[in-house]
Amino acid sequence: MRITCPLCGERDRREFYYRGAALEAPAEGGSLEAWHAHVHLRDNPAGPVEEWWYHQQGCGSWIRVRRDTSSHEMLAVQLASAQEDL
Amino acid sequence: MRFSGWRVLREGLTGNRGWQGHWRDPDPKPEYDAVIIGGGGHGLATAYYLARDHGMTNIAVLERGYIGGGNVGRNTTIVRANYYLPGNSEFYSHSLKLWEGLEQDLNYNAMMSQRGILNVFHNDAQRDSAVRRANAIINQGDDAEILSRDQLREMAPLLNYDNNRFPIQGALLQRRAGTARHDAVAWGFARGADQRGVDILQNCEVTGIRTEGGKVIGVETSRGLIRAGKVAMAAAGRSSQVAAMAGLTLPIESHVLQAFVSEGLKPIIDHVITFAEGHLYISQSDKGGLVFGSYLDLYTSYAARGNLPMVEHTMEACMAMLPAIGKARLLRSWGGIMDMTPDGSPIIDRTSIEGLYLNAGWCYGGFKATPASGQCYAHLIATDRPHEAAAAFRLERFETGHGLMDEEATGAQHNLH
Repeated sequence: MRITCPLCGERDRREFYYRGAALEAPAEGGSLEAWHAHVHLRDNPAGPVEEWWYHQQGCGSWIRVRRDTSSHEMLAVQLASAQEDL
Repeated sequence: MRFSGWRVLREGLTGNRGWQGHWRDPDPKPEYDAVIIGGGGHGLATAYYLARDHGMTNIAVLERGYIGGGNVGRNTTIVRANYYLPGNSEFYSHSLKLWEGLEQDLNYNAMMSQRGILNVFHNDAQRDSAVRRANAIINQGDDAEILSRDQLREMAPLLNYDNNRFPIQGALLQRRAGTARHDAVAWGFARGADQRGVDILQNCEVTGIRTEGGKVIGVETSRGLIRAGKVAMAAAGRSSQVAAMAGLTLPIESHVLQAFVSEGLKPIIDHVITFAEGHLYISQSDKGGLVFGSYLDLYTSYAARGNLPMVEHTMEACMAMLPAIGKARLLRSWGGIMDMTPDGSPIIDRTSIEGLYLNAGWCYGGFKATPASGQCYAHLIATDRPHEAAAAFRLERFETGHGLMDEEATGAQHNLH
């Protein structure tokens, strides 16, 4: 599995640390239910997912990856800092 | 048909023409008292114990593929009860006791082999942890021993005792642990359930869960609607997708765990051995193949195959621990899809929908749990009360924070298990 870092180009999966599903965090002071859902509950689809990876042994960027969990195909990558909702 | 020495002799003398299929292949009935979604080890064991312990025989097990084709045929066959955390440890203790009587109970040869498991440790911290674990195991009534380096060397001479990076100090030994033939476990439970009247429906995929007023009334399947007042999910690896059919979101991510087997060799490893540095577990099957695996690939996956970095890591760990097998050829590798929970421990509980039950989140430890999971789940389905051995496996523990069983001591967070 190879991931194309927006800054460094295509790299081996081993250069990256996997952080998990890319979810929008509840607002500060959000309800316990909302935080429980954010921390624990997952849609966990067999198909495209959005997730955070960190280019640990590269440029140190946090990136948002769209990946198919059935085929391991990388569908899209962008810098986390380029996210409008961040 | 019962298996016996006399029967084997008679069949041997008459051309083996009297053997029959081990379970029927019935058509689905329109309605059952209970249906179990998932014909893996846990689903089949649940059906068996529902019939044996609770007299519920008007039930069906629905399997999308064929019996033995899922995780029950994809694991590394290890059974043990060397757990530490309260909640988990008494459950696996209960499970090992069931394993010890399973073949007699099922009248089926599951090739249960109590060859012992050796958890090798490499430094003072690991040794202290192993001693503490051994004491806990002994206190709950199971067996554990701490072996010195010399004692270990007598039992497992092939390990690399001259490894400077991973020096071997000794091992935690549980003699009653071992392996069982995983396919035979599935077949034995399927046969046992079938003999008590349970319908085992293969090639029967559940496509929907029907509810009415917050109560389950049945399932839609590729073979038509099947009504049932009780529906029990046991679809490890696919639990999220089955639960989603009822509108539930679970605290589960699916991950792949790879396993490997070498070509057949003469007997060289007598036990199950785990190597703490590098995380490797290995045993030798009765056919002679070395069966081994190591970490998860550590990102969500439904691809029933792994990825090369973990293959490389596993082979490196093999070479660090057992350099003597470096020339053995790898026969094949495969992957199983598992439910990973945030705390690394399972869930056996009711859901918010009446009559809908959940058995999920077995992470990488589902095979050794098979009989106890089935018996505890059957108890829950039949009585609506948790079995005492699985009383801690609550779904709500993630929401409340009470009763988390953080087996890896890494925190109740998804990407750490």
